[in-house]
Amino acid sequence: MALSRRSALLTAAALPLIRPARAQAAKIKIGVLNDQSGPYTNTGGITSVICTKQALEDFGVSAKGLDVEVISADHQNKPDLAVSIVRQWFDRDGVDVLLDVPTSSVGLAVQSVAREKNKVYLNVGAATSALTGAQCSPNLIHWCYDTYMLSKSTGGAMVKAGGDSWYFLTADYAFGKQLQGDTSRIVTDSGGKVMGAAPYPFPGTTDFSSFLVQAQASGAKVLGLANAGGDTVNSIKQAHEFGLNNSMKIAALLMFITDVHALGLDTAAGLNLTESFYWDLNDGTRAFTKRVLPKTPKNYPNMIHAGCYSATLHYLKTVAAMGAAEAKKNGVATIDHMKAMPVEDDCFGKTIIRADGRNLVSSYLFEVKTPAESKGPWDYYKLKATTPGDEAFRPMADGHCDFIKA
Amino acid sequence: MIMIFGVPGPLLFGQLLLGLINGAFYAMLSLGLAVIFGMLNIINFAHGALFMMGAFAAWMLLNYVGIGYFPALILAPLLVGIFGVIIEKTIISRLYKLDHLYGLLLTFGMSLVIEGLFRNAYGSSGLPYRIPDILQGATNLGFMYMPNYRGWVVLAAMVVCFSTWAIIEKTSLGATLRAATENAPLVQAFGVNVPRLITLTYAGGVALAAFAGVLAAPIYSVNPNMGSNFINTVFAVVVIGGMGSIMGSILTGFGLGVVEGLTKVFYPQASATVVFLVMVIVLLVRPRGLFGKAA
Repeated sequence: MALSRRSALLTAAALPLIRPARAQAAKIKIGVLNDQSGPYTNTGGITSVICTKQALEDFGVSAKGLDVEVISADHQNKPDLAVSIVRQWFDRDGVDVLLDVPTSSVGLAVQSVAREKNKVYLNVGAATSALTGAQCSPNLIHWCYDTYMLSKSTGGAMVKAGGDSWYFLTADYAFGKQLQGDTSRIVTDSGGKVMGAAPYPFPGTTDFSSFLVQAQASGAKVLGLANAGGDTVNSIKQAHEFGLNNSMKIAALLMFITDVHALGLDTAAGLNLTESFYWDLNDGTRAFTKRVLPKTPKNYPNMIHAGCYSATLHYLKTVAAMGAAEAKKNGVATIDHMKAMPVEDDCFGKTIIRADGRNLVSSYLFEVKTPAESKGPWDYYKLKATTPGDEAFRPMADGHCDFIKA
Repeated sequence: MIMIFGVPGPLLFGQLLLGLINGAFYAMLSLGLAVIFGMLNIINFAHGALFMMGAFAAWMLLNYVGIGYFPALILAPLLVGIFGVIIEKTIISRLYKLDHLYGLLLTFGMSLVIEGLFRNAYGSSGLPYRIPDILQGATNLGFMYMPNYRGWVVLAAMVVCFSTWAIIEKTSLGATLRAATENAPLVQAFGVNVPRLITLTYAGGVALAAFAGVLAAPIYSVNPNMGSNFINTVFAVVVIGGMGSIMGSILTGFGLGVVEGLTKVFYPQASATVVFLVMVIVLLVRPRGLFGKAA
């Protein structure tokens, strides 16, 4: 009995392998890969999937005769797991587009797989500027932010306001190091100096008190948080506990509206941060938020969610222009087509994609409102400064991207 | 300024104190684990999830019922303790006759389910919980700026740990409890209701975790993963202290907090690993743990 049940199961498991993938040649498959259970669940997670599907709906895929499917998986912030999921998606499941992929270590790890299999890789969630720099790829577009843009906007504003000596609290992996490095450069180039850094193990650190006391003892004027998600929330909370907000300025170098929500305005008020999207920025962003919010009422879209929408929409426009069969054939050709077409949508307005795969969105420096200034749910940001897309990112020549020179 | 190993003395003292505070959490959590293991022979992997439930219970009491921090310190452990009774009676009690591994797998699975449910309901970013007004602010100790709330945490943790130790080691209830651990059928023959004693022990251990959860709520963000961040370290603490040793887990908890704190000064990258390094060394040199009795 046990044996026959097992063989029945095996047969069932093998069936999808036997079914020819070619029968659905023109079907487009988009795979959203992100953290759906860990510290970055709210900044990406299921809301990214919902926003991706929103793009299908707004584009009207079926009316345009396209057959598009969205699938998703949880990479648990583990590069090895992500690589095996992506290989399976490309090799067995016929996925054409890899979307989102937050956590820089993971985002970089799957870069080579997408290139090797010649697929379309639209990275939205990962921050590291290495994606369009030293480790760039002709199969990639990096959509709505990176470490360079964050450090230039938030870091630059801090130095201008007199914060010329910095101490970093850094998540000890690809993202944290890159963010610290990019920001250090901005600080020193503007005449400031870096007094020290505490690289703490990621993930798994919940108590930052030791590092905060060291930061305080360093005498620096600015505490630069080169971390994200729950770590940022915890470190700001604890910095307040130790009174660091009285003696130092806190620069949350990567912070999303979802983190501000978690922190509460009592603690977050007055923080400076940078995003390329805010739901209440203009008529376009408000219209988009109104459409998508009923599907994700507890989690307002942040720039990653909006980025997944925008990237998918632009990809679908490209597919409609090229024809589905053509778009599936060659990842690099499809990416080149996407780069050649101007991007326009509700979330980011009109943007252009640079040859190295950098989508040049505008970056906005926000200040978090005080509880008295906030008029409604998720009314959190005041716009302080706008950096246009062509100035917001690292100049292409400084990225040393190898396929550009070739 | 006095320098110790190239680090200014005041900074080092500050770090020792902070280590002690973290140690307080390790001590409370590992104490509950040690009590449960000693009595039930269950390696309670759900401990982290129950710690998290304690913090969430405090948050819910405040936001849904309007009950503040200090009543929550009593009520949240009580509520989570009742939850503990229910899962002990309905699920865990079925495993007492089996190998330790089954209990470990079952409670590990339960913790995944509990965390998953909370994540589904409240997301992963965490929820804010304010420090009570009376404990706001900080005191300047000369060598560092000490938040009043952290001082309170150490104090509360020490009181709770040592009263638990005293109850188990110095009262007749504790004596019955220890006797039941040694030889349950004999104690039962004397007319003691051993199954009820076991249930209450589990509830007690769980309540300790929930108490720690309430203490942690204002420091860390209240989020579904807060327990799993702690649980691995806490298990290492229990192993180093000696499985089932009450005093061992308390002292090791505080001690390892300090070791970890010092690592954060000299080589922060290793601060998450140092506890396990100590565990490896202890297991090699003294397999039964620092305070464990010889088998």
